[in-house]
Amino acid sequence: MSSYAISHERAHAFYDHFERKGELPHQTHYCPGCGHGIVHKLLASAIDGLGVRDRTVLVSPVGCSVFAYYYFDTGNVQAAHGRAPAVATGIKRSRPDSIVVAYQGDGDLAAIGTAEIIHAANRGESMTVIFVNNGIYGMTGGQMAPTTPLGKQSTTSPGGREKWNDGYPVHVCELLNALDAPVYLERVSLGDNKQIMQAAKAIRRALEYQVKGLGFSLVEVLSPCPTIWKLTPVEAQKFVRDEMGALFVPGCVRDRGKEAEARPARAAAPALADVPRLIGLTSGEEAVPAAERDLDLRIKIAGFGGQGVLMLGEVLAEAGLEAGYEVSWLPSYGPEMRSGTSNCHVRIGRHPVDSPLVSRPNVLLALNEPSLRKFLPAVEPGGVAIYNGREVPEGCERDDVRLAAIPVTAIADGIGAGKVANIVMLGALLELCEVVDEERVRGALRRLIHNDRYYELDLAALERGREEGRKLAAEAYGWGV
Amino acid sequence: MDRGMVVTNQEECKGCGLCVEACPPRVLRLSAGLNRYGYHPAEYSGSGCTGCGICYYACPEPGGITVERLVKVA
Repeated sequence: MSSYAISHERAHAFYDHFERKGELPHQTHYCPGCGHGIVHKLLASAIDGLGVRDRTVLVSPVGCSVFAYYYFDTGNVQAAHGRAPAVATGIKRSRPDSIVVAYQGDGDLAAIGTAEIIHAANRGESMTVIFVNNGIYGMTGGQMAPTTPLGKQSTTSPGGREKWNDGYPVHVCELLNALDAPVYLERVSLGDNKQIMQAAKAIRRALEYQVKGLGFSLVEVLSPCPTIWKLTPVEAQKFVRDEMGALFVPGCVRDRGKEAEARPARAAAPALADVPRLIGLTSGEEAVPAAERDLDLRIKIAGFGGQGVLMLGEVLAEAGLEAGYEVSWLPSYGPEMRSGTSNCHVRIGRHPVDSPLVSRPNVLLALNEPSLRKFLPAVEPGGVAIYNGREVPEGCERDDVRLAAIPVTAIADGIGAGKVANIVMLGALLELCEVVDEERVRGALRRLIHNDRYYELDLAALERGREEGRKLAAEAYGWGV
Repeated sequence: MDRGMVVTNQEECKGCGLCVEACPPRVLRLSAGLNRYGYHPAEYSGSGCTGCGICYYACPEPGGITVERLVKVA
């Protein structure tokens, strides 16, 4: 006695009802004859076959398959255009037991997402990428993709793709094969029955390797787009087999499944406790009691690159931090390492810093004339400004600001190193205005200056700066912010 | 009795014809009639199915085609 038993049916990895199309709860949104439906089925069968539905997370792209999450009864995340491998990296690293599948089209993966796919592959992220290549932007109406064949017309290549204008079709598997890390790269096609069965095997293998804990796998699937290609589904299938297949030859580009070692679930990173030692921090790990004194310093330091503007700010912030204040240090500079304008904003105070930006400073340290001219008008009445020069330049007077001119570069040259001019200015500041104890400043210098010779020079510069500051204070001013 | 049996989902089918093209014994065809969405859905001619399952893979719709095979039961 015989009877019929189901051998091929809708995969369990699909939802029973698709909510995408309200009145068509079993139909996908894809056009008749679209390759996405077939790839979805092959992927769903592989997920069923490996029994991993409950721990699979599908990352869907931007493109026609953006709605893959309406179909797969798995975890689903929809990524920004081209970013599926980056999102998949985050998911896999935070949930190492999950089986992460990035599903992408050729516009998504090979154009806007080129950086993400290359670096995810290069890091050997343990993920499976299903790359559906139809050689065109389908969802947006048929623009040329990086994978469009030469000579092929599209809305953005109306005269046909031209190599000198548009470049050559990008071969993703071959490109990734130049990298060391990927475990498995294969190009398959949906051009005929045999090719579809090979595609099924490849997708299953790519998933299986991830289940085994191996690294990066990518299966490129040549897939028809009958609507945009303006072919019937059957013609489109033949086009995939004959023309796409001639350009992008199907076949296994790399399979290191046998020899690849399992990738550690988490990449080795130093323990947090080891970080201070690794970056050479010898102190500062102990808790610092909060400072008692009320202080709200908003310091702007400005000059040109190479004058130690940023360093001066860093020393101040570091010293303030050690003294138990809330601090911030915000550098702002051009791309030049030397001679561009450079300034930084430092806040030191008893209350948490609301904004690191100093637009109304109560301390201005101007290491050159343009900086003084630029920032002096912004100094708060009652504030302090120190200028690097013998006298305050004409037109920079302010009655309501305590303004001092100290030729710190000349003084630094006098002690043998123009580079320490910034620290001369710091010494003067300590004398002219209540900032932090010198002991804290010395501590900050010790931590920040690794070269012993410069450290000694800085201490000398600090002392010279204090002398200058004392002279000025004795002459005219009653300082203190 | 044929070795196989194929059931097409008339309402889900979009009439792309890939299964008709894929079927090795050529026992599938597009119906002369329309389904309620306006497609000519695929249908089984009624005999000759081998149960190979190729049409299942060729069909882009998740539940468009179900294939059954003849098995012996005690």
